[in-house]
Order: sequence, then C-alpha cells, then structure tokens
Amino acid sequence: MTDSTTQSAETRSGVEIRDLYKIFGSNPKRYIDAVKNGMTKTELNDKHNHVLGLQNINLELPPGQISVIMGLSGSGKSTLIRHINGLIMPTAGQILYNGRDVVQMNEQELREFRRHETAMVFQKFALLPHRTVLQNVSYGLDVQGIARSKSEPIARKWIERVGLAGYEDNYPAQLSGGMQQRVGLARALANDADILLMDEAFSALDPLIRMDMQKVLLDLQSELKKTIIFITHDLDEALRLGDKIAILRDGALSQVGTGQQIVLNPANDYIAEFVREVNRGRVIKAETVATPLPEGDAPLPEFKIKGGSTLEKAARRLAEHDQRKATVVARDGRPIGTIDMHTMLTAMVTPATVDDEDAA
Amino acid sequence: MASCWGLPEMLCDFPALPNKDMRHMRMWIDDGFRGIVRHFSAQIDAATQPLQWFLNTLENLFTNTPWIVILLAILAVVWLGSRSVKIVIGSIIGMCLIGVFGLWEDTMTTLAMVTVATLIAIILGLPIGIVMARSNRMQSVMTPVLDVMQTMPSFVYLIPVVVIFGIGKVPGVIAVVIYAVPPMIRLTNLGIRLVDKEVIEAADAFGANPRQKLWGVQLPLSLPTIMAGVNQTIMMALAMVVVASMVGVGGLGKNVLQAINNQFFTIGFLNGFALVAIAIIFDRTSQAFGKRLQKHSEVGHD
Repeated sequence: MTDSTTQSAETRSGVEIRDLYKIFGSNPKRYIDAVKNGMTKTELNDKHNHVLGLQNINLELPPGQISVIMGLSGSGKSTLIRHINGLIMPTAGQILYNGRDVVQMNEQELREFRRHETAMVFQKFALLPHRTVLQNVSYGLDVQGIARSKSEPIARKWIERVGLAGYEDNYPAQLSGGMQQRVGLARALANDADILLMDEAFSALDPLIRMDMQKVLLDLQSELKKTIIFITHDLDEALRLGDKIAILRDGALSQVGTGQQIVLNPANDYIAEFVREVNRGRVIKAETVATPLPEGDAPLPEFKIKGGSTLEKAARRLAEHDQRKATVVARDGRPIGTIDMHTMLTAMVTPATVDDEDAA
Repeated sequence: MASCWGLPEMLCDFPALPNKDMRHMRMWIDDGFRGIVRHFSAQIDAATQPLQWFLNTLENLFTNTPWIVILLAILAVVWLGSRSVKIVIGSIIGMCLIGVFGLWEDTMTTLAMVTVATLIAIILGLPIGIVMARSNRMQSVMTPVLDVMQTMPSFVYLIPVVVIFGIGKVPGVIAVVIYAVPPMIRLTNLGIRLVDKEVIEAADAFGANPRQKLWGVQLPLSLPTIMAGVNQTIMMALAMVVVASMVGVGGLGKNVLQAINNQFFTIGFLNGFALVAIAIIFDRTSQAFGKRLQKHSEVGHD
C-alpha cells in the first residue's frame, strides 16, 4: 500500500461486519442462541424448518479498496451484501460504518444512509424501463430531491465516463446487456456514495464484455478510491478485482485474504479445489517467489523487475529481453531479491501436491 | 316428491327451516333495513346530491350541445388517445350511423352515464387496488368481496340500491359502479404486484420512500395493466347500463328494455348496435392509449 492510501484509511471508515447471523424462517430469534451454541445448518433445517443463511460473519471491508466476497450459489453472498445497506436485516450482529450501526437505524435514517452513503449495482441491472438512460442515471439524485438542473450535468458526466455518450435519450430496452450494466454503474456512481455495492454485477455479461467492464471498474477505482464490495461466483474475477477476498461457503467465511494468500495457501480442500484452475501467473507477484538477496556483495543481475509485477508479466519481460535472471526491486528501486526463469515456471504451474492423480 | 329409496324423511327431503321462521327472518331483516334507510333518508339524499348534480350537468351538456360539437370533441379525444387515423374514421362512421337512425340524444344520455360511472369506478378502484397490493391481509379480505360483487346477479343488488336511493339516475349510477369497479381494483392490484422485484429492490437501495416508489416506479410500470382495468371497467359499465334502465335510467338502455317488453325487434337491435358502437370506440381508444404508454418497451434491442 502506498502512503497516501494508508493516510486516507485513517480518516475514512470502512465497513465492519461483526458477529453476523441470519436465520430465515417464521421465528428466527427463537433459534439464534441454539445456532450460536453450535447447532448445525442441517439440524436447524431438518428439526425446526428454519434456514441458516449466514453464521458468525466477522469481516472488515477496508476503505478505498475493492473487497470481493466470493462463493457459489446458495453460499449466502447475496444475502450478505444486502445486509450492508439494510435491504436485509440480520437476526443478530452489527454492521458498522463511521461508528454507526446500520442494524440499529430506523427507517428514515436507513433511507438517508442508502441515499448518501451507499449505491448498488445489480446482477440483472434492475434499470427503470420507463426512464431513459439519462433519467436512470439521475434516479438516485431524483430520490434525494436534487433539482433537474443540478442532477442532469452530473448524470451526463457519468454517462460519458462509462462510455455511453450519445445514448442519453435511449430506453434501457434499446441497449445491449453490457451497455445496460454501464448505465447501472453510472447510476450508482452518480450518487457519489462512498460505499459501492456490486451484486454479481458482471455475471450476466458475455466473457469479453465482462473483462471489458472489469477494466472499466478498475480504471474508475484507481481514481475514485471508493469502498467497493463486489460479489461474484467467479474466482478469476475475484482475483482480478479484489484487494481483499473473502470466500463464503454455506453461510460461513471459509478464508479471508489477498488473492495471493488464497492461491498460495488455500485454507482447506474446498478452496484448494477452487484455486486449482486459476492462472497462477496472473496472481502471484515476483516479490513473493523471489530468492532473498545473497549475503555479502555478490553481484546482482543487471536486469531489473518490479516486485509488484505478476509472474506472467515478469516472464514476458525476461523473454522479450532474452534474459534468464533478474533482480527484483521494491517500489523505491531498492533490490529485494533475485528471480530466474526456473523459479517462475515452478511457481506458475499448479503444484504437484494438488495435482496428485496426474502425477501418479 | 322424490322417491325416498326407503330412506327416512330426514335424509330424503332437506330439512329446511319452517316457513313461519323464514317469514319472520325475512320480515325482520327487510323491516330493519327499511327502518334504517328511512331514519337516515335525509342524510342519504344530501350525500347523493353532488352526484345527482354532476350527472344532470353532464347529461345536459351532452344532450344540449349541437351534435357537430360533440362529434368533434369525441374525435379529438379518440385522436389524442390513440393517434390512429383508422380508429378516428371508424368513430366517425359509428357516430354518424347512430345519428342517422335517430339515436343521438339517447346515446348522449348513456354516454354521460357511462362517463360518470367510469370516473367514479377509477377514483374508487385505484386507491383500493393500491392498498390491496401493499397488504396481503387487505388482499385476502378484498378478494372474496370482489368475487361476490362480480358473481352476484346484477338484478339482486338493484334491490338494496333501490331501497336506499329510490328510483332514478343516482341509484342507476351506483349499481353500474358496483358492477364495474371490480376489474379496476383487481387489475391495479395485479399490476403493482407484477412489477419486477429487482426494480423495486433497486428503488429501495437508492433510498426511495414509499411515496417515491409508488409514483416513480410501481404506478408507471403497472400502467399497462391498470389501463386494461380501465378498459374492462368501461365495457362492464356499458353492459350494465341496460340493466340499470330498470331503475329509471334513460338512454339506450331504456329503449332496449321497452323493445324487450313489446317485442320491437328492430328497435332492440338498433339500440343494441348503438351500444356496441360506443363500446368499440371506447375499447380501441383506451387500448391504443395503453399501448402508447409503453413505448419504452416496444423498441426491443434484439
């Protein structure tokens, strides 16, 4: 992390989820203590006909970063994101933002919170079909009661930022899926809220358009530094976007960490299974696998590679310049280790331990 | 008498209440009802006064204005609603035929009546439908009430209407409204309930309050269904006008009633066709209007 973000992290608040439980059913409060004392999801379902949606979620979503919550369908990820803006209320637990607990807010406070602090992008876009692109993007501002004369320039600015200039007067039905989600993104950004909730925002898009939208999001984020909570079922997407990744399974957190941590040290077999198919070269960074600097004043390779670049990039640079070894340098140019083609290849291929049956 | 197949009397002929008891019950309910009505007759008259005035004014306006002005006004409404030359030309032909066969004035009386009844049905039906869409309890209460309103033979509820309001235009309008309002309520309820849940969630996520959600999202998106309700209400009002003529409403319905009583075949059909002509004009116009309201969904992408 650069110094500037650490600084802003001190002044800005992230979202903190504490001891969150969600039970679905006719009388959830009745079973909360039993669940806290270890009643399993199956038992609750079979004996009491209640569904355990989320259990014991403790998660910090840092300010100005993209936190990805990943899980398969039914893992509770969409339920979890809806807790952050109070669309779903927990059975027990706290959602803290700026020292306030979303769970304790009354209806009016919650509306104000949603209007000014959060914005949401939906999987199926959820645009208002009777409003034009321009009117859709200014919807959040209309709800806040901001006059058209003020909201329209803001909406136009964001429509242009997401690359939809010229489509202002079209209706959503006239646009392709990718374009509709650009409208959804512009609508959320126009709100100028600190927290951006993205519920499987790109899952309904074609692979190429999805990559395109991921790039749009990353470009915007590098400038806007919003606190983004992104839900996905796709690990590649999680690794591409996430500064921090939380993996959810059956309503409980399975592992939380950076993409590298999860790929290199999967916490359990379930996650290891996921990680197997990942393109490791795009996740693991050169500094992670670099051999530490030799003792003394042994000569270092001339060729230099930034510690933060991925192995794929590093390998490409070495190949392009016809080098076999390089010095890995930190951001300030200080050497932190050396790396060669062999180390990189070993790190990039899936380790044999996870790939037993092929080895046998 | 049914042959009892050897069964005891009790299981053969249904053991009904004795005639004496039935008579007492009927008299008690009927007299009680009349007593209440008599007691409140002044208040009932006062309450229906504005309605009476509204009806008379509109009827006088329709019947006393020169036909050419009314025809142009109708064509203007048809054009504004449908933007279709075909429907406008059809309306001209229909209205001219009505005039040629000497039914213009009766048609105007009926038109005034249907207009008032439809307006009242919309004013009552829309809010009831909205409340019904918002609360499942309200829906479970209203659904059987609407079922009764729609299946009870219309002649039956003419009886209490006549007891309460007497004979004339006002009871006629009230009977028509009772008959015509259920589709308005049902389709408003249905339309709002069918609005995409995701869009409602989006409105919630952006902090829309219930009023903003209703006017900004739910009503505009359910408008096509609500317009189908308006259309049905108009059709049912036109159908009920004939029955309402039994309690003293004039116009085309009265002619039909006389034709039935005297077996005037031609008069009956001419008046019937006049009603059909108005019905088609209303129907095509309101449907075209409903379609135009959804222009955003007509322009599909692929």
